[in-house]
Amino acid sequence: MPQTLFEKIWNAHVIAQEPDSPAVLYIDLHLVHEVTSPQAFEGLRARGLRVRRPDRTFATMDHGIPTTPRDLPIVDELAAKQIAQLEKNCAEFGVTLFGLNSAPHKMGIVHVIGPELGLTQPGMTIVCGDSHTSTHGAFGALAFGIGTSEVEMVLATQCLLQRKPKTMKVQIDGALRPGVTAKDIILALIARYGVGAGTGHVFEYKGEAIRRLSMEERMTICNMSIEGGARAGLIAPDDTTFQYIAGREYAPKGAAWDKALARWRMLPSDPDAVYDATISLDAGALEPMITFGTNPGMGIPITGRVPDPDEAPDPSARNALSKALTYMQLKPNQPVLGQPIDVVFIGSCTNSRITDLRQAAGVLKGRKINPRVRVLIVPGSAQVKRQAEAEGLDRIFKEAGAEWREAGCSMCIAMNGDQLAPGQYAVSTSNRNFEGRQGKGGRTFLASPLTAAASAVAGCVTDPRTLMP
Amino acid sequence: MNRFTTLTSKIVPLPIENVDTDQIIPARFLKVTDKKGLGDHLFADWRYDADGSPKPDFILNRPEMQGRQILLAGDNFGCGSSREHAPWALVGYGFRAVISTSFADIFRNNALKNGLLPVILDKDTHRHLFGIVEEDPNAILTIDLAEQTVTLPDGRRATFPIDHFSKTCLLNGVDEIGYVLNLRAHIEAFERAHEQPI
Repeated sequence: MPQTLFEKIWNAHVIAQEPDSPAVLYIDLHLVHEVTSPQAFEGLRARGLRVRRPDRTFATMDHGIPTTPRDLPIVDELAAKQIAQLEKNCAEFGVTLFGLNSAPHKMGIVHVIGPELGLTQPGMTIVCGDSHTSTHGAFGALAFGIGTSEVEMVLATQCLLQRKPKTMKVQIDGALRPGVTAKDIILALIARYGVGAGTGHVFEYKGEAIRRLSMEERMTICNMSIEGGARAGLIAPDDTTFQYIAGREYAPKGAAWDKALARWRMLPSDPDAVYDATISLDAGALEPMITFGTNPGMGIPITGRVPDPDEAPDPSARNALSKALTYMQLKPNQPVLGQPIDVVFIGSCTNSRITDLRQAAGVLKGRKINPRVRVLIVPGSAQVKRQAEAEGLDRIFKEAGAEWREAGCSMCIAMNGDQLAPGQYAVSTSNRNFEGRQGKGGRTFLASPLTAAASAVAGCVTDPRTLMP
Repeated sequence: MNRFTTLTSKIVPLPIENVDTDQIIPARFLKVTDKKGLGDHLFADWRYDADGSPKPDFILNRPEMQGRQILLAGDNFGCGSSREHAPWALVGYGFRAVISTSFADIFRNNALKNGLLPVILDKDTHRHLFGIVEEDPNAILTIDLAEQTVTLPDGRRATFPIDHFSKTCLLNGVDEIGYVLNLRAHIEAFERAHEQPI
């Protein structure tokens, strides 16, 4: 019987399955960070358990760490305590930690460093106590976020209890026009189908538009699967995938590489594989996207107008839209273009990789950011930062007037002091525009790195195509 | 884990769709290394002013809502991040069940592991229940997990789905780690057969 990519990975990892119960799924790679793990390690201690597979468990710190120079102390006592706790837990349980001061310096956002170290590989099951673990699905791995009780279970057993999700084919054809990016694809998809469309499903992104994307762009798309309600989003591995992985630190080498490659080439969905549902999008018809509301589904083409709650299809949609516009202080039918902004944030596990920074630098080169606007550029990892500096991107950013900071989650989740003040507007390359997400009372427009950089120059929401050659 | 068998309580209505985990517990409260005290920060930005004083018009701050154990919310409750701090905060506050038409997958899993029952009702019953609470804010609801029923104040009964395994764990107050630890022989056999180095 023909199988989907998801079914191939799922079936290869089920170690037990009782009727009317969740499957017991073996986990190949467990990524750990400081915010969702302390209670899990504490649980192990209380039960007298060890980490079953420390060789398959890797930790870093990203959510709460400052992005100020690393030689400065961590002023937030609670964050410092959480970081110290992770160091202690990793030492005690034998887990490899890519820490703030580990040498060589490989720390970073967990979903940036997994792929860049070659830990993330096709066909794997990957979990992390973070919903954006879906990012790793770009490599044809089944990767999803879990809660802290589940972190504890995986630490203790290297297994997870999971109900088998359904599959949804996401067909994306057409060729992107200039100024339109992977971020715009995923924002457009969620705007069309809603933030709950993928609940109970895993997405598999297919189609010529997907095949043409780089690994970084594929990661941007899979990253935001969760914003469409799908815990996991997959893309079949191909030569683009294999070229990205080859030679990375934890990638298979020599004969092991050849064996792995043969295995990985078997993973793509069979031609006649059946999905539980299908949705689609024409990438060729897209414009740069921007959100106007308080969930990632509230997005429009950047030249569009804010929807009118009175035209919403039902009362609950009307209420949701009214509530969002009140929070955002935007009016029905107004354009978003030209909306003054206070902050631009370029970073996060969605858009902080080297290609994202190159795109932003392409817009900012030789330009000055509007003096009204604070611009934070936060690389996704220490390695991304080094690479950007080797290419001279940091000089472009600094000469434009932006802040070039150390790696971390930063203003995406606003736990570390990088945050909006109440009432401020930001164009952000991150993934969530929920109320208060980037700081209590802050207002977020989600967009691509191109749109963010163009808006930084103009001081207001700006169509990047107006600044492109 | 706390056992869940039956629950009879008045209802806190929250007729908002897509309540995300950043609203349930804002990220600045995640800098903890234990589970204690999160109930105080449940819905913090909806519940408190900038100076920390309770906003009188937010539903949880109304005197008659105190002590209620059932939250009735709009569609797709718990979307967003994987933070288990969300159910910890709901349970810490005193809720034992949340009723909606759907739950985000990760939130649902996290809730089940903390004795917080996610009750999925069909759209009609869900709307009807909001209508009942609007008419009589003191209406009382009974949830019976063994029977998988919700008995509405007007006597109408509705059923809700839950898989056998989660139900058994909740009814008996057992957590799932013990179950998987007992599968050690299976795990070892799998590892011998499938070892792929990282």
